[in-house]
This record gives sequence, C-alpha cells and structure tokens, in this order.
Amino acid sequence: MKTMNLGLSRDDRPILIASLFILVILVAGTAYTIARFGSAPLLQPAYLLQQLQIGAFLGIVAAGMMIVILIAQIDLSVPWTLAAAAMMATSIGGPLAILVGLGVGLLIGLVNGIGVAYLRVPSMIFTLGVNAVMRGLMVAHTGGYAPQTTATGLMRSLASERTLGIPNALFVWAAVSVLVVVILQRMPLGRYIYAIGNKEAAAYLAGVDTRRVTVICFVLCGLAAALAGVLLAGYSTKAYQAMGDAYLLPSIAAVVIGGTNILGGRGRYLGTLVGVVLIVLLNSVLSIMDMPEAGRQVIYGLVIILMLLVYGRGERVTN
Amino acid sequence: MLDDLAIRLRQNIGFVTTIVLFCVFYLLYNLAHPRGFTSAVLVQNSDEIFGLAMLAMAQTVPVLMSGLDLSVGAVMTMVGCFASHLLAGTAGGTPLHLEIFGLHLGLGTFPGGTYGILLGMIVCVAIGTLAGFINGCVVVYGRIQPIIATLATGAVYIGIALFLRPTPGGKIDEDLNWALTNSFGDFAATVHIFDDGAAGWFAPFAWIPVPFVLLMLIALLVWVPFRRSVVGRAVYAVGSAEGAAYMSGLPIDRAKIAAFTLGGFFAGCGGLFLAIQTSSGNADIPQAGAYTLNSIASVVIGGTSLLGGTGSAIGSIFGAMILRVISFFFRIFDIAPLLQPLFEGLILLAAVSIGALGMLRVKNTLELFR
Amino acid sequence: MQDAVPTQHAFLTLSGISKRYGGVRALEDVDFACERGRIHAVLGENGAGKSTLIKIIAGVVQPDAGSMRLAGNDVSFAAPSAANAAGVVCIFQELSLMPDLSVADNISIASPPRRFGLINGRAQRRRAEALLAEIGCEDVNPLMRVRDLPLSRRQMVEIAKALGQRPQLLILDEATSALTSADVEKVYAMLARLKSEGVAILYISHRMHEVEALADRASVFRNGRHIETFDKGVRSTADIVQLMIGRDIATQYPAKPPHRQVKPVLALENLSWDKHLDRISLSVGSGEIVGLGGLDGQGQKSLLLALFGVLRGVTGRVTVGGREVRTASPAAAKSSAVGIALVPEDRKTEGLMLPMSIADNLTIASLDAISTGPFVDRAKERAAVKRGIDSLQIRIGAPGDAVSTLSGGNQQKVVLAKWLMTEPRIILLNDPTRGIDVGTKQELYRLMRALADQGAAILFYSTDYDELIGCCDRVAIMYGGRIVRELEGDELTETNIVASALNIDAATSAKARAGAAHA
Repeated sequence: MKTMNLGLSRDDRPILIASLFILVILVAGTAYTIARFGSAPLLQPAYLLQQLQIGAFLGIVAAGMMIVILIAQIDLSVPWTLAAAAMMATSIGGPLAILVGLGVGLLIGLVNGIGVAYLRVPSMIFTLGVNAVMRGLMVAHTGGYAPQTTATGLMRSLASERTLGIPNALFVWAAVSVLVVVILQRMPLGRYIYAIGNKEAAAYLAGVDTRRVTVICFVLCGLAAALAGVLLAGYSTKAYQAMGDAYLLPSIAAVVIGGTNILGGRGRYLGTLVGVVLIVLLNSVLSIMDMPEAGRQVIYGLVIILMLLVYGRGERVTN
Repeated sequence: MLDDLAIRLRQNIGFVTTIVLFCVFYLLYNLAHPRGFTSAVLVQNSDEIFGLAMLAMAQTVPVLMSGLDLSVGAVMTMVGCFASHLLAGTAGGTPLHLEIFGLHLGLGTFPGGTYGILLGMIVCVAIGTLAGFINGCVVVYGRIQPIIATLATGAVYIGIALFLRPTPGGKIDEDLNWALTNSFGDFAATVHIFDDGAAGWFAPFAWIPVPFVLLMLIALLVWVPFRRSVVGRAVYAVGSAEGAAYMSGLPIDRAKIAAFTLGGFFAGCGGLFLAIQTSSGNADIPQAGAYTLNSIASVVIGGTSLLGGTGSAIGSIFGAMILRVISFFFRIFDIAPLLQPLFEGLILLAAVSIGALGMLRVKNTLELFR
Repeated sequence: MQDAVPTQHAFLTLSGISKRYGGVRALEDVDFACERGRIHAVLGENGAGKSTLIKIIAGVVQPDAGSMRLAGNDVSFAAPSAANAAGVVCIFQELSLMPDLSVADNISIASPPRRFGLINGRAQRRRAEALLAEIGCEDVNPLMRVRDLPLSRRQMVEIAKALGQRPQLLILDEATSALTSADVEKVYAMLARLKSEGVAILYISHRMHEVEALADRASVFRNGRHIETFDKGVRSTADIVQLMIGRDIATQYPAKPPHRQVKPVLALENLSWDKHLDRISLSVGSGEIVGLGGLDGQGQKSLLLALFGVLRGVTGRVTVGGREVRTASPAAAKSSAVGIALVPEDRKTEGLMLPMSIADNLTIASLDAISTGPFVDRAKERAAVKRGIDSLQIRIGAPGDAVSTLSGGNQQKVVLAKWLMTEPRIILLNDPTRGIDVGTKQELYRLMRALADQGAAILFYSTDYDELIGCCDRVAIMYGGRIVRELEGDELTETNIVASALNIDAATSAKARAGAAHA
C-alpha cells in the first residue's frame, strides 16, 4: 500500500473531505455559540470528550456494520440485537451480565450469517426478519413494559466512568477500533472480506471459504451491536424498549460518509471513524442550536447527500 | 398455444403461488371469523390493507430496476401530514401558515368545499410524485446508490413531515373519510350518485369496499399501462442488465427517474389514504420505518427479485395482503398482541427461507453467486 | 504503409481517430472507410484496437480526436442510441440482451410496435417470429425468457434483434463464436442478402476461414494503428497473420519431451455428475500435459469444476497421489493434502477481483503460507508478490495498482501466478488463452511446459485444436459427457480430433472435416 503517493487514492479522498467537513462544523458551531452565548464549548476538551463518549456507542455499532457492508451485505437487525443484548445483560445481572449480552449478539450474528451465507437469502430481508423476531422475543420477555432490571456496576463503570479523565467508553471504542483495523489490514480474514465484497465468485474459486467468512462477519457485527447495547444500558443504568432504533441509520450513514462503498469491497476503517465523529459533532452542534427534530432530520439527509455528491462516486455504465 | 400457456405459467410461478397462498389464507381467515364473508369484514380488511399495498407497489418499481427505495415510508408520512392540513374541508377554506425558527409566515387560504378537497387530494399526490422525482434525480444526476440516496432523502421527507405535524393532529373532512373507507354503497350515498346508492342495478355492487375499488383502479389505470409503456419496459431492462440496456440504446436515466417518480406517486396515494383513514396527520418515524421495511417484505413475498428485472407490482399487492392477513389471524385466534411481532418475524423468515431452499438443490455452486 | 482505398463511394469514413484510456493508447490516428454492399473484415490481435474502433463507430465511447462521416454527413455519436438512430447497428461480443425479458421484448427493445402509445404485445410477437424466421431460427418461442435459452440461441436472438433495426451499417463483433455450424450457414446467407441490399457490413472475427469465405475486403490493425487494407485474394493467410503480429511466427509451441512412463498423480474412475459427466475415467501423470478436447459444451468445463469441488453430487472415485480424495469445495481442493489449482473460464468475474490490487490478487489463495500466526507477514508478502511477478514476467506498474489496469494477457498471468504460489501438484486450465494475444499465448505455452517439467500434472481444456495438438502429451476427446477417445503421439492430429469430437469413426473423417470447417 503506497501512502506516500502525492495524488490522493480513491479511498483517501472521502476521508479527507469528511475531515474538512468536521472542521467546518466545528468552526460554524463555535461561531454560533460565541455569537449567541459568548462561549465556545465545542473547543473545550471536556465537552468534546463527553460528546465522544456518547459517540462511542455509535462508533462501535458502525465498526460492526462496516465489516458487513464490506462484504456487500447489510445488517438491519442491529437495533434489536443491541436492545436484546442490553435487556438480557441487565436481567441476568451479576458477573456474567456482559458475557451473556455478548452471547446474545454472537447468536444473532450466527443466525444472520447462516441465513445469508448458506440459505443465500438477501441480507436486506433476512436480517429484517431476525430484527422482527428479536423485537417480538424482547417484547414478550418484558411484557412490553420498560425493563425493571438495572445494569451491573461493571457495565456502568465501562460506559460512564472515567479513567485518567478519559471516559472508559472511549477506551472500549478504541479497543474495538484496533481490533477491526488489525482484522482488516493484517489478517487473512481482512483480505477475504475485501475479496468477497469485490467478487464473491472469484474469492470462492480462489479457495476462500466465503460462507464461513460471511458468517464470521455477521457474528462480528452482532457482537459489536451487543457490546454497544451493553454499554448503552450501563450508560443509562438500564435497558429500554427500542433503545437501538436510533443507531441503525446513523451507523450506515457513518460508514458511507467514511467512504466505504455500500456495494462492498472498498473502504477504510479510518473513514468510518471520521464518519462517526462527523455525525456525533453534527448532532451536538444541532442540539446546541436547539434545532427541533424536524430540522435535524432534514440536515441529516442533506449532509449525507452533499457528502456523497462531493465524493463524486458511481461510474456510469458505458461498457 | 398450450406451449405459450406453459411458458407463461413457468415464468410466473412465484406470482401464481403468491395468489394461491393469499386465497387460501383469506378463505381460512373468513371461515374462522365469526362474521366472515360479510361486507363489514371486507371493508375493514381493505382499509387496513390499502396503505401497505400502495407502499408495496411504490417499492416494487425501484426494486425492478435493482434499486431500493428506503424513503417510501417517509414519503407516505409526509404526504399524510400535508393531507391533514389541506383536506379539512372547512367551508370557508383553511388558512395555511408556517412556523420556522419562531417566524410566522401566512401562506394564504387553501380553498375548502368539494373542489377544495379534490384539489387538496391532487396536491397531495403531486407532492408524493415530486418526492419520488427528486429521489430519481439524486440517484441519476448525483450518481449515488439508491439505498443511500433514499436513506438521505427519506430523512429530509420525515423532517418536512415533522415541520408540518410536530405532534399528531389535523383534520380530514368527515364525508371524505366516510366515503373512501367504507363500502361502495356508502360512497354512492355520500357523493350522491346512483340515486344515493339505491339504484336497483347498483345493489349487487354496493358491498364492494371502496379501497378495494381504488386499488384495482390504480393498478389497472397506472401500473398496467406503465408496464406496457416503453419507459416501463426500460425499467425492467435496466434491472435485468444495465449494460445491455445501455448498448440497446434505451433511455436509462429517464427510466430510473420514472421508476422513482412512479414509486413516489404510489407512496403519495398511500399517504393520502392513510391520512383520510385516520383523519389526522402523524409524523411517526418508527411507523414510517416499519412501513418501508414491510414494503420490502411484501415485494419479496410477491415474487419480485431484489436483484431486479423480474416481478410485478400486482404480485407485491398480494404480498402485502398476505402480510396483513397474517396479522388478521392474530386477532381472531386471540394471540396476545405482544407476540405478534415475533410471529410476523418468524413467518417472514420462514417464507424467505423456504423460497431459498432451492439453493440447496443447486448442483453447480458457482450459480449461487449470480 | 496505408493503402489508398478509393473513398469517394465510402459510406462510413473515419479520419484521424485517436483514443486513449488513461495512459494506454487504444487507437492512434486511424483512417478507415467502408462501403455499402460490401463485407469488410477487421483483423488484428487482441489489443490491436478493433474493439475500440467498433465502440467508437457504435457510439459506446467517444474518440479523443478525429472525425467521422456517415453517408456524406459529419456525425458524432454521444450514445449507442444516437448511432442506432443513424442506422448503425452493432452485434457485440458481450451479449447485449436483457436476460429477464422475453425474446420478443428483446428483439423490439429499441422501437417496439405501439398501439395507443403502449407496446403492442401481439404485434411485437409477430415481428419477433418474422425476424427469427428470417434467420432460420423458428425453434425459439418469442415468449421465452432469454435467460432460459442456451448461449447459441441467445446469439441468434441477438442477430435477429440487430436485423430488426434495419441497419445501414451492420457491425458483427465475433458474432458467430457461440453458434453451431448450421446456424453459421444461416447467418452467412443473411449477410449475403443484406450485402445485396446495399448494407455496409463490418465483420470482426478471429476465425481466418470465416474471413476468407465472407469478406470482400479486409483491414488489419496492430497496436492501435491501421496497418493495411486490401481486397479479397490479394493477401495469403500467412501474409495476413504476418501483418497482424508484425513479426515472424517462431516455433509456436515448446518441444514436447519424448514419450515416457509417468507416474499418475491424478486418477479418476467413473466420475459422473448430473447429466453432464458420464463415467469419466482418466489419469494425469506428473510432468504430463493432458488436453481436453471436443466440441464446446461436451462436459469439459464440468469435469474441471467437478475436480475443483465446485459441483455438488459428483459420484465416482478421485485419487491424488494414490490416495482417494473428496473435494467438497475449492478450499478443500486447494488444501495441501490435495493440491489442485484451477484457472477459471472467465478471468474477469471468476479469476480476479478486478478493482483490487495486483498484490492482493496474487496472494489471496496463499495467505496462510505467508502468515505468521494469525497475521499476514508483510515481508513475506512482498517477497511472494515479487517472486510471482518476476517468475511469470508480468508487466505491471506497481504491485499496488488495481489488476484491472493490466492487459488481458497479464491479467491471466496474475491468475496463474496466484495459483503457482500455492505450489499445486495438479493444475486445471479452463481455456486459459481465450482473448489473449499471440505473444502472451506463447509465453503461457512455455510456462505450462516448464511447470510440467517441474513435476506438475496439467489438465488443459481448450477450444483451439491447434493449441491442444501443440501443447499436449495426450488429448482426451469428450462427447456428451463421456471421454470417447484418447489421442497420443502420432495420433494427435486435427483430423483425429475432429473425427472424435463429432463422435464418428475416423474412417469417415474426411466428411467430418468438411463439416467442422465451420464449427
């Protein structure tokens, strides 16, 4: 991989543009706060750390989502994987809480992976069904009410306490990030992931066990969603209905804004990281501005379109 | 001729299966229902089916050209919110105003009365169509993948819906609601045709639910001509092999924009009806999402390939009806409402997995990757 | 050495046309003309610029420089639809049919018969029937989906589709490659009729006998330049080949080792699959190149796929090095216990991940070997990539470049190099020289022989009989999923191959050869 290239590679361009856009958000938001309140919270490390702490949950979900998108699939079961992991973790409680939560994610990922890889049902539809099933199971489990169980001390500590002034959630996010980068960059699995995303038939004929890799990717995504759920339950001290709904579309948006091709095979993890930070900062600026939900949705949509227009992707079919 | 029939049957086996499945389900449902086979049950079912059926059609068109429209639910919601402002039917007209960032803008008065209502309905459907057209333009001229483009425009449309209806509310003309959500006889009585529905020749048709008639009309007057139009066939061609379609000199860009625009039209019709049926507008984000996802499920159950090129909106209507009938069963079999999502999910998974069992019979594994 | 062709009657004239793709020059200052009522052959190796020339004429790509005149008017086509409207119709090598649409839909796709603005299905069907009848293809029901037709029928539908556009200028790009000999005759008749009606015809083919039989005039292209245009009968076949490659053909095939006793590495007994393989028994020894011959589609490809674990439900016995093996997947076939490699049929969709780098494509099959623990060892990876590129003399810019930037021949070398990294004992080659220029072909032949000399067992399927005769120690001829004959040594002649391929006795081979001249 040549990084010393003067011309920007296809994968670096979106990352650079997204980074520039983050700067724009910071500058514009700061100008707004100075004009209105006479302060600049967006430039204060404490405030930024707090925002990133909340962003960590999205970041972890997006890391898993990216892996699945790289093999040209998608996981729509993330919302209720996240919620189910949180609910199971809190209702089990005790030292095994986190493990049980992650176990739920692993299991859902396994089911998704088998459905997509072995039955070859389009992931769009299979994970949708799994999401409905998980929602049904959890609604039945909780009776449709807010779960009364609370997060364990460890979950709370991981999600909302700080070490050396830095939120623990950021360490978890960093650990997940390192793991993903190592998988994608340094392990054969990563090469297989990109290969499958580019041309599954060619990867298969190169002796790659594409079905196993697909299952692994869905398991990783399920684990990531579950981890985010466990942390989110720790952060809010308990699990709640539909807690994952707010994470599905932003995670896909973060991955795509980071330059990963929604059709698979191309994209760098750094981009996803930048995409998450962009969405988190955009959110905090909008809440500083007291933007109503309506305005947020519109701006959200416009930002995604704008970013992709600037990246100028998609080649015309001429051949 | 027998040959032709066999060929057609083989090519439409998925479609036929869907229809047979629906008929069996619906027959069982009516047999199990204490008031089965009555106009009242039929009317209630049609009301509940219409919105999803329209969205299923809306989803079908982009899917046929191997795109996916994640904004259909949002378009429907947005149009519903518009309808809740425009279809009040107040005699003196409805004053329109807009509040943005504390600014209060008066936008004049929207006409009331019968013609006001008709105009309002046309405006609503036009807004849906415009939303679809914008989707198409973003996809074609922005060269953005349909999934992502509509994910983004969907957020914008939901935002607009929230502007219009920060909280559920609004009003729909009661006569309109009554006329469109009941039997054809009630419709005739409300709009004063066929001797207020009392004409002797009309009696055999009076039991037919209006939504059902509307669905048939839209399918026959919009979808069927579209499918047989040059642009409509270009949509199929693009979904089947975009490169080949380009080589054959087909208007690819126009076909893509047309597909999304028609999708917007169907979604607009669905939104309009939903507002009329509930007599209000509600910018409900989870509901919009659920409708979008169910529309995809309907399309798949209706025999349209997510890869594009094969299938039809009629199949998707039946797909939507199957999904809905399944939930009707919950009511009569008294399954706890809490368990409904579980069963819905399991049935969806079962349906697609059974469809996928053919994969296990494939003898050349390379064919799996096509 | 451009010949002065009288151009005052020319229907289509190109002057000074140039086209580059990135840094690659595809066409350089090309002047070209063709006339009505003539069949004009365009000849050249792969990469000579023929396909770019056609694409420019058909409006698929636009030239960087130069001008084009059609029927006396200056034209420039922004899209294929513009070219179609001007009466330029092209039958492309890659089929331009929509597989999910019916035959009738496809044939009338550009301008369907309409009634009240809507497509008139019945008229469209009659039109399809008439056009199919015109080329003697009545056996295709216009209601059928193109997807459900065999390749040869699809190509006929493609021809009917082009015919239906009433072309002024018809371009055929390898349009007969998948046809049966009976169909080829029908296409010839159709071309003769069009010619008499004054249609200008451009004919691109690699089959020299077709060109000789059909063309009134021929133009040779080489390296993006127009070399020479001459009338029928002016040049001998040898001359033409000379013009195409621009140098003498040296001994095309490496010398075969003398016949000797070899120890079998791969042995098959009664291998059967579905309806396509029928009790195949064959053995391939170490150091041996065994060819698979016969007409196209007699089970040769299935046999290779079966050995590589792609097919399900294969029965019979496969032994490798004396031990029975079961290859349930390519991963199993590749494993060191078995050691099979396959160069697949379609390198663009099956052999390579085109957007990925050369290095990534080279190492994808052997990542375990260059990994330390769970991680890919960067140093080992670089070394392996370099070894692969050097040993096959792959001409590349940098290993990090996308493999799609390479020429077809070099891409095929990447596929082969990828497999050599796994150190296979058995190499299966599925028509590896298809679409590759003569120079690279010869390199591949030498490489195959070198690999065999190093002890590999090679099973080699080719549609080119000449290649089989030149490269193979032994050729197994397949017919209807069975091996009907194995040819070796002096028996290995074109006559015998053709006779066996048609599954008739060698005694009647003279007749067969006449029939196969068109196959």
